[in-house]
Amino acid sequence: MTIIDTTADAPAPKGPADDGSGPLLDVRDLHVEFKTRDGIVKAVNGVNYNVSAGETLAVLGESGSGKSVTAQAIMGILDMPPGRIPQGEILFRGQDMLKMSYEERRKIRGRKIAMIFQDALSSLNPVLSVGYQLGEMFRVHQGLSKKDAKAKAIDLMDRVRIPAAKERVNDYPHMFSGGMRQRIMIAMALALEPDLIIADEPTTALDVTVQAQVMDLLAELQTEYNMGLILITHDLGVVADVADKIAVMYAGRIVETAPVHELYSRPAHPYTRGLLDSIPRLDQKGQELYAIKGLPPNLTRIPPGCAFNPRCPKAQDICRTDIPALVQVTERDGSALPGRGSACHFWKEQIHG
Amino acid sequence: MPEALTVKDEKATEPTAAAPAPEKAAKPRSLWSDAWHDLRRNPLFVASAVLIALLLTMAFFPGLFTSADPRYANLDYYLQKPKWGNVFDKDWLGYDVQGRSIYARVIYGARASIAVAVAVTAIVTLLGTVVGMLAGYFGGWIDTLLSRITDIFFGVPFILGAMVVLTSFEVRALYVVILALAFLGWTQIARVARGSVLTIKNADYVQAAKALGASTPRILLKHIVPNAIAPVIVVATIALGGYISAEATLSFLGIGLAEPTVSWGVDISSGQEQLRNQPSILMIPSFMVSVTVLAFIMLGDAVRNALDPKLR
Amino acid sequence: MAEFKKSGEAVADATPRTTGVDKVDAATETAAVAAVEKPAGRGEPILQVRNLVKHFPLTQGILFKKQVGAVKAVDGISFDLYQGETLGIVGESGCGKSTVAKLLMTLETATAGEVFFKGQDITKLSGRALKAVRRNIQMVFQDPYTSLNPRMTVGDIIGETFEIHPEVAPKGERRRKVQDLLDVVGLNPEYINRYPHQFSGGQRQRIGIARGLALNPEIIICDEPVSALDVSVQAQVINLMEKLQDEFNLSYLFIAHDLSIVRHISDRVGVMYLGKMAEIGTDEQIYDHPTHPYTQALLSAVPVPDPSAREGRERIILTGDVPSPANPPSGCRFRTRCWKAEAKCAEEVPLLAVPERFKGQDTPAAHESACHFAEEKDVVGAV
Repeated sequence: MTIIDTTADAPAPKGPADDGSGPLLDVRDLHVEFKTRDGIVKAVNGVNYNVSAGETLAVLGESGSGKSVTAQAIMGILDMPPGRIPQGEILFRGQDMLKMSYEERRKIRGRKIAMIFQDALSSLNPVLSVGYQLGEMFRVHQGLSKKDAKAKAIDLMDRVRIPAAKERVNDYPHMFSGGMRQRIMIAMALALEPDLIIADEPTTALDVTVQAQVMDLLAELQTEYNMGLILITHDLGVVADVADKIAVMYAGRIVETAPVHELYSRPAHPYTRGLLDSIPRLDQKGQELYAIKGLPPNLTRIPPGCAFNPRCPKAQDICRTDIPALVQVTERDGSALPGRGSACHFWKEQIHG
Repeated sequence: MPEALTVKDEKATEPTAAAPAPEKAAKPRSLWSDAWHDLRRNPLFVASAVLIALLLTMAFFPGLFTSADPRYANLDYYLQKPKWGNVFDKDWLGYDVQGRSIYARVIYGARASIAVAVAVTAIVTLLGTVVGMLAGYFGGWIDTLLSRITDIFFGVPFILGAMVVLTSFEVRALYVVILALAFLGWTQIARVARGSVLTIKNADYVQAAKALGASTPRILLKHIVPNAIAPVIVVATIALGGYISAEATLSFLGIGLAEPTVSWGVDISSGQEQLRNQPSILMIPSFMVSVTVLAFIMLGDAVRNALDPKLR
Repeated sequence: MAEFKKSGEAVADATPRTTGVDKVDAATETAAVAAVEKPAGRGEPILQVRNLVKHFPLTQGILFKKQVGAVKAVDGISFDLYQGETLGIVGESGCGKSTVAKLLMTLETATAGEVFFKGQDITKLSGRALKAVRRNIQMVFQDPYTSLNPRMTVGDIIGETFEIHPEVAPKGERRRKVQDLLDVVGLNPEYINRYPHQFSGGQRQRIGIARGLALNPEIIICDEPVSALDVSVQAQVINLMEKLQDEFNLSYLFIAHDLSIVRHISDRVGVMYLGKMAEIGTDEQIYDHPTHPYTQALLSAVPVPDPSAREGRERIILTGDVPSPANPPSGCRFRTRCWKAEAKCAEEVPLLAVPERFKGQDTPAAHESACHFAEEKDVVGAV
């Protein structure tokens, strides 16, 4: 049984980063904790994942799984204190961002790694026009004049397909609909042509018909710019549509990694299985839904052993004592399944029946 | 549906498996008790609370601090300097023009000052909350009417207004000062209460109560007031300090409390005449006013932090 | 196309209500016949909504308010709810579905139209009569974090229903009844003295459901009851709601934007767009045989959690955004985003009725759809 330290590369559609020296972003054994009145909240407990250029990694998890905290740690926007990163590395093109100076990190943020948030309205300044806010990126980072910056802003708005960009460039955020605002957020993230975009629930606040437009746009732009994309979401449907590979998180750990098709057809972790079974399907009128029993754990008191054990239908004694490592998942005959890992003591039983 | 039943059984055991706080079974933890938990650990709160407790004791039981009579005048002691060594003795802080112990007067003065402030705060909070709540909850013309009245009162400069009210009264009793200050002071609370009610009244739990058919008084008293009161308490606490200095200001101007009432304001007023000879007569009651105001402002700040849900 | 013309006029002059009622009833009847099975649609409907309208006035001026327009949140919708069934209402934000919930709860006053509960128009009721009706229609709210008063214990929150309606439970029995309710919704009855913030989202929603059940209502209106919950917890709550429906013979009006969940729980489904009902029918009719272009676009946009399904599916990506309900398009409200729109769509309001071409046919496409050019299209690719 091979223990994978970093999640093995999934078959990415394009090659690795430009310089050919491995993944764009490599998160290794990341831990994040928060000090609160009720004790230390262990939000992230040893996360490993990586993304290459042109690749989409979906990080799937429920609230409290640590998926957003990991992203905040990568962006360097964690509130510290109360937050703390006791161990781990975040390698961007091979350099550990956690060891960088504030100045060095600031240069990466926005320019090399950009982030899209769920709530576009609160991420935009309501008293400044959209054009001004978009142009700001160019004025600050590239020292363009006001006029040139505005021209660039219009160009960006065109690129994210905001109709009548020229006329709307001086409008304020509240004058745009939710979908349009999210496009503006995407435009902002794209402004400096970053190598990596982290999208934290980018479509959760949007309606289905608009959701589809925005996800399509993101996917298109990603191919166009050959960016890496980390898509953080709780929605198994959205993931299925756009991701190349998936990392499923539970209680601050990655419990399963897999290329997107395989995760859905043959999950190797009981939690993934449970999630897939518990969502109603549009194309199937189900009977009773399977429900994962119990509640997500309290992060101040994560159960010993496998964090999922109190809710797991397959839990044995070992699950209550030993933390399962993320191991390489293999076929029955022992041949490795590329990009697949599972942190379950009984992954074999799960995947091979 | 046997499956349904099995699922139900699993769920029944669920809370014990992963409840948020299973260690101490069914220990209620209200927001107030959470706030109290925070407050006890806040040095700002502890300091201000100790100070306020001390001041209140002074106001209620001045005899505990000094055996001297604040009104006993003996011209033998005319403007005697403080004897800093004789801590807590009646000549500790010296004597005023009429040979009265300043220490005794400072102790006894707390009562009038604090009585005015507490009474004004109580009236203002009650009146302001009722006005603000009615305006905020009912909206429409009631809101327009009450808000305009509030604005009119708000527009009157506080001290100037109090002067006008006080000069129109013959007597200079405690209750007159209280009424004058309360008459003009309620607007701030009313505004805070209205704003707070406006945000609470659209909360889902208020809608839920309405959907159940709850009467308006029930909605107001059970749902709106308990949730809207926190900012009012904060403002009232801070305002309480303000009324202490307002009382002192009015008394200093000679239109608030007057002799023979013992109050810090009265003493500051009489102390100004001797500012050159013996500044301590003025400084000591002024110092008490400042400390008291500060204590209440600190308390208000600490309470605000503890009650603000955004900070937890 | 003379027949279309006629139906257009019928809406334009807002036909007398009685005929409207007859029409809808007749149409529902046809739908019932056409449906493969209609488990709950027997007998008299328990709730009848007729031409319900809610306009929120837009005013200008400080002292003398002048009405300058209206947000047409709900603009004439009609439907029936039968005993023991679940009617799902889907639509995007701003389509008026939540306003419908508030109107049915009489939390908002209807601008026009009627809501009959067992034949009694509740929009005209007030005081004691309204309170009596409220016992029978209860609500579960969307956000379990804001729908419970944070200053009250769970016991007080559920027990309040008995204080408001003292006839339901005598004083001595109330505490035990609250504990029974907690047990029914799968919570430990010992938690009666806890405060809401000591519970997780799913547990809070169970408390909200317990409160809704306390008065033994016949109808529960659920406004996005699981959309604020985690995926793994959603299934628990949905299952609980289905179990309670069987146990207490409840009728649900289930309002949600998640089409998959609505399909799972509903017997019939209504699709709303910009204050109007676009299409209504059984879940099979709507999901597998939608005839309204909006329903088709909506269904095709739903991401299916199955990557192998994504290749085979046709996606209809709508352009643009939902127009403002303060200034809806003339004629058919969907025409600004519709790929089938023609001149006629701008002129005539399409009536919600079984389309002429399917009338009298024994096909699942024969259900009410408000489109001039209704045609069947399977976008889901049912298994």
